[in-house]
This record gives sequence, structure tokens and C-alpha cells, in this order.
Amino acid sequence: MASVLTRRLLLATPLTIVVLGGLGFYALLGRMQTGSYDPHAFANPLVGKAPPAFSLPGTAGQQGFSSTDLAAAGKPILVNFFASWCIPCVQEAPMLDQLSKSGLVIWGIAYQDKSDATAKFLADNGNPFQRLASDLDGRTAINWGVYGVPESFLINTKGVIIWHYAGALNDDVVTSGLLPALKHAS
Amino acid sequence: MKYILVLLGLLVMTNAAHAQTEPFNTPTSIKRDGVTLTLAQEREAEEIGNKLRCLVCQNETVENSQAGLAKQFRGIIRRHLARGENARQIVDFMVQRYGIFILMKPPLMRVTWLLWASPALASLAGLFAVVLIRRRRQKPPPPLSPQEASRLQELLKP
Repeated sequence: MASVLTRRLLLATPLTIVVLGGLGFYALLGRMQTGSYDPHAFANPLVGKAPPAFSLPGTAGQQGFSSTDLAAAGKPILVNFFASWCIPCVQEAPMLDQLSKSGLVIWGIAYQDKSDATAKFLADNGNPFQRLASDLDGRTAINWGVYGVPESFLINTKGVIIWHYAGALNDDVVTSGLLPALKHAS
Repeated sequence: MKYILVLLGLLVMTNAAHAQTEPFNTPTSIKRDGVTLTLAQEREAEEIGNKLRCLVCQNETVENSQAGLAKQFRGIIRRHLARGENARQIVDFMVQRYGIFILMKPPLMRVTWLLWASPALASLAGLFAVVLIRRRRQKPPPPLSPQEASRLQELLKP
């Protein structure tokens, strides 16, 4: 009797592991499709710290900014790295517009982008940015740990980065990540 | 014919010029990704680049990847080397910005010990399973009953 039980257990254990693993992978694939899971993403070590020192000129006719401007702003700011040549940036433009209209302050950093190309991008896709700086050689972005565009950083009233997302902002990311972080931003 | 002669002449001249500037064909410096380094420095730069992950093509090293970001990383490595920094300082610079994920070979630390121990743990689990199965199989068969013994004797009789 006991041997029948152990034999069943021996058969059932690997089967259960395989089925559970399969379900897990299925869930991951589902989350990849909706955009709430990105296998390429990794934690940016800057979260919880102040942004590195920098000072960038304005672009596309707008005012640039520096790390001291960010620290002195006294309100939560979403810093968005983007480029006119980046397709996900076009996809997230309506979301940034919506956030900006709902009162969130967004400062943009155009990553390796020429001023007239940036201006055309804003004319085509709307301009959610209150300030817009140009990181032409991309070295400021590297100091922020940016590895692609778009990437967004939420900075709280004390000038500390409290949330980061690499990729296009969508409904899922905003409701599950940005908005909860924004509640603790002041 | 005239053109061929002119071309030939040019070829000879350029070759001669080449031979003059590089008599032994052994350059002492190399320019890559916008930075000029000595050969020893370039070798060190390649060694550092081979340890770092390109974050765009994540299974390629910074040295191998064609991505724009990897090119920028190679430029950073070389500029820092030219400035006199050592490999440790440059790797630290990258880890501060991108975390340990940028290292192709993760360091042994609290969040990675399970990763490092997994081959040993898997071998142990396999060994345990093998021992378990062997033990079960090696159970001696129950001794023969007196009837079976006498039947066996009968069968074995010539």
C-alpha cells in the first residue's frame, strides 16, 4: 500500500512542478503582452538617490535645466528622456500629454537629438514638457543609468528619485507604478 | 594605356609613401571609438569591455555589440583609461550607474549566492535522488518459503 502511494507521489511531483512552471510562464507571457513585465528591465540604482549633477542647455526653443533646478523646484517632477527618432516615444506621447494636462510637471531631456528634429517631433505629437533640455552627446543619460529611450524618472519634492520606468508609459504602468509613487512624492 | 601608366605610377608612389611612414608596420597607438590609446591601453580597454554587458543586446558584451549604447560605453572606457583610471575604477563607474546587471559575471554577494550555489545544489539534489533510488532497488528479495525451497531442489535435481 505504502509503495503504491510513494509511486504515485513520484509520478505526481514532477508533473505538478511542470504544470506549475507552465502556468507561471503563461502568466509571464501574458504580462509581457500587456506591457507590465519587461524581461529586459533591471533596477536602476539611482532610485532612492538624488540625480547626478548636470547642466543641459535648452532645445527646440525651450528652457533647459540643471540638477540644481530639479532640486529647487519644490514639487514632484517627471523627467522623461526621449528622442524624435524613437518609436516607443511616439507611442507614449498621448499618455505624457494626458499626465501633463492633469497637472503633473514634466521636464524632458532630448537624448542625442538635433533641435529641429525635436521641434518637429513636438509639433507632430504634442508638447507635454514645461522645460526641455538637450543631451546631444548622451553622456548625461549614461550618468542617469539610461540605456534606451524613453525612460522616465519621478523626482519628489526633496529632489530624490522615487520611481523609474524604462519603456513607454502606458495605462498599466501609470496606474500600478507612477500614480502610487506620486502619492508619496511630497 | 596612358591612364594605366598613370595609375601604376600613383600606386608605386602611394606604396613608397606608406613604406616611409610605417617602416616596420608596427603602430604604437590605435584610435578606436574616437579615442587614441597606446596598444597596452587598448588591450586593457578590450578586457574591460569584455566584462561588461551591452544593455541593448543583453547577451552581448560591450566589446562585441554593434549597438549605439555599446559604442558610447567603449568611448567612456577609453576616455577614462586615457585619463589614467584603472580597470577597477571604470567598472565601478559603470556599476554605480547600471547596477551589477552590467557585469557579465555577477559578483558573489547576498542577492547572488543562490545563483552561484545552484550548480552545487542541483548536483546534490541529483545525488540524493540517485542514492534514494539505489537504496530502494537494492532491497534483498524475501527468503524462499519451505515449499519454494523444496520445489527449487526438485527442479535443480539432474
